[in-house]
Amino acid sequence: MPAGPLKLISAALGSLALALALGLPAAAMAQQAGAKVAVTKVADPNEKCLGCHAEPEPTDKSAAGKPVQVLPEQFHKSMHGKAKVACIECHADAAMRKYPHESPAPAQCASCHEKAVKQYAATAHGVARSGGNTVAATCANCHGTHDTLPAADEQSRTNRANIEATCAACHGNEALVKQGKVPGGNIAALYHDSIHGKLLHSNGKAKDKVPVCTDCHGSHDIRPKSDPQSAVSRANIPDTCGTCHSRVKDVWSGGQHGKMRASGVMTAPGCTDCHGAHTIADPKVPKWQVGMIRECGGCHTRQIGTYRDTYHGQVTDLGFTVVATCASCHGAHEMLPKSNPLSKVSDERILSTCQVCHPKANANFVKFQPHANKHDKESGLILYYTSKFMQILLVGVFLAFGLHSILWLYRGLADRKARRARAASTLENP
Amino acid sequence: MADQNPAEPVDAAKPVAAQKYYRRFDRIDRVMHSTLMIAFIGCAITGLPPLFSDHAWAAALASALGGFARAALIHRICAVVMITVFVSHVGRIFLAAVRQTGLLATLWGPNSMTPQPQDFVDIVRHVSWFLGKGPRPRFDRYTYWEKFDYWAVFWGMFIIGGSGLVLWFPIQVSAFLPGWIFNVATVIHGEEALLAVGFIFTIHFFNGHLRPEKFPMDLVIFTGRIPEHELKDERPGEYARLVREGRLASLEATPPSRPAILWGYIVGGAAVIIGTVTAALILFSVIR
Repeated sequence: MPAGPLKLISAALGSLALALALGLPAAAMAQQAGAKVAVTKVADPNEKCLGCHAEPEPTDKSAAGKPVQVLPEQFHKSMHGKAKVACIECHADAAMRKYPHESPAPAQCASCHEKAVKQYAATAHGVARSGGNTVAATCANCHGTHDTLPAADEQSRTNRANIEATCAACHGNEALVKQGKVPGGNIAALYHDSIHGKLLHSNGKAKDKVPVCTDCHGSHDIRPKSDPQSAVSRANIPDTCGTCHSRVKDVWSGGQHGKMRASGVMTAPGCTDCHGAHTIADPKVPKWQVGMIRECGGCHTRQIGTYRDTYHGQVTDLGFTVVATCASCHGAHEMLPKSNPLSKVSDERILSTCQVCHPKANANFVKFQPHANKHDKESGLILYYTSKFMQILLVGVFLAFGLHSILWLYRGLADRKARRARAASTLENP
Repeated sequence: MADQNPAEPVDAAKPVAAQKYYRRFDRIDRVMHSTLMIAFIGCAITGLPPLFSDHAWAAALASALGGFARAALIHRICAVVMITVFVSHVGRIFLAAVRQTGLLATLWGPNSMTPQPQDFVDIVRHVSWFLGKGPRPRFDRYTYWEKFDYWAVFWGMFIIGGSGLVLWFPIQVSAFLPGWIFNVATVIHGEEALLAVGFIFTIHFFNGHLRPEKFPMDLVIFTGRIPEHELKDERPGEYARLVREGRLASLEATPPSRPAILWGYIVGGAAVIIGTVTAALILFSVIR
């Protein structure tokens, strides 16, 4: 059984027992003390509120049916509880000063956390909220209410280890995703299965370094990728990924794709175009490598066509990867043109590139054309005319013998019919 | 002889043992054909997935074979078997020519596989017969389409075998040939494979087994024996010649053994079925 539910149940039972032990006498006292409130000085400014709100019932729900119970133990453990923040500092509206509270306003985080709330208003969540989306996260969705804990606390919703679950409460909830038209669908499930998600849940060293949602998206600055200021906008993705993958980013920047980006060609692929965003897989997985070839082929249509004509291309097309993929020869991130001497496929380096898989390759061997087009004389006249000859041979043989067989079939069937008719007439008139 | 209206194949209805049989292929011929057949299908099944790599059936077949490395191993084993059969056959013909039949009889005449003027006459006459404009040609021991099949294998052995060896031993080949030879070899190997597989699995199967006169199977290559009525009907030239030369009696054989018939029906039948399905897949893939 996972630890989560067990903890929750025991916490709930504990709180209930506590509430029964403390709450009932407190309530009774509150009733008695009703008349002389003005003169009674209480040590805890929240004692009066908890007098009702610690009760399991009937005051655990508002008139509208909203849960309003506060578990004292939980609250005292929370950041606000420890700082002895009074209930009325957050629940600061006038309605709270009268009993029963009439149409109280939600807790006002801004009364203390002014800057954070201001930042929030500009985030994807804040914009959606103000636009009337009642599903979009508010402070409480991520930080909790009466149980707010510092991010450093392992129990905190905003602790690294819990961020995935916190975001997944909405971004991994199909019903909410649908209701709130949350972009990206069930992103949490994708992240969970990605290499980042897998490492996060592993016991390896990378566990504490691997990015969680907020590392790429930010927290109080989450912005949609369409926003140029977003950490995950098309232009900013390389820097965001480069926070951890700085070497890869440098290689990419010096490569053809990075140079195109630098010169303003935004369609040139960045990190997520090839690796995906939430589906980032282990690049050593054959299935991903094979899929990557199709990804390259999405833009490089001519090259993937000629690649598929070779054994390399055919084997990878069947789903196997021992043979060369695009990256084997062109590199994964540098991808320099053949004319650049630093390119893995330049005349200077091609032999050593081939030798990675074919250690005994010589200068003759590397005259193999990994992208020969048999229909183009440019790729060599012998190849071109061999292909033409084979095609003519194929068509010629099949046409001649196909026709031969069809005529023979016709004659064979006609003869058999005639024979049967004769046999029948012989039987009738012997 | 009823050329235009071949005699009733009443004999076909007779039980196997009640018919007269003549030897057409000896034991070694039969073993070689079966071995070649199995190795050919092995090469076809393991070689087609790369050739049609963009089709779902190809990936499924490659996985079913245990991955491309295993498929490649089977492909090469079958290739070696085919080359061995080919070399043994040529060696055997050569030895027989030197020791018994004589070089001339091997290279020319009714017992030779060499295309001869009569074959071209036969082509024209056979097509005329298809069109109902003449009698069926009086074929001798080897017909023109059988010779075509035979030489197609010969040609294929050099073309597919040669290109296959180039691709199998690239390092050795590149010691004396430039690397673009692998591009050429890939094209040749693939296209010729398509020709060979397509031809065997459609034309050869039709000519040998599936045409109305033979349907569903001609067992002669598995039993080595041809029934008397078939020899008279299908190869009247050979029958008449054997009678004339007084050699007919010496070719008389016992009826085919039960194991040979079973082998022919089961293994030969399986080959025809596998081949026909494969041909259908290829046709479907090429058309799409």
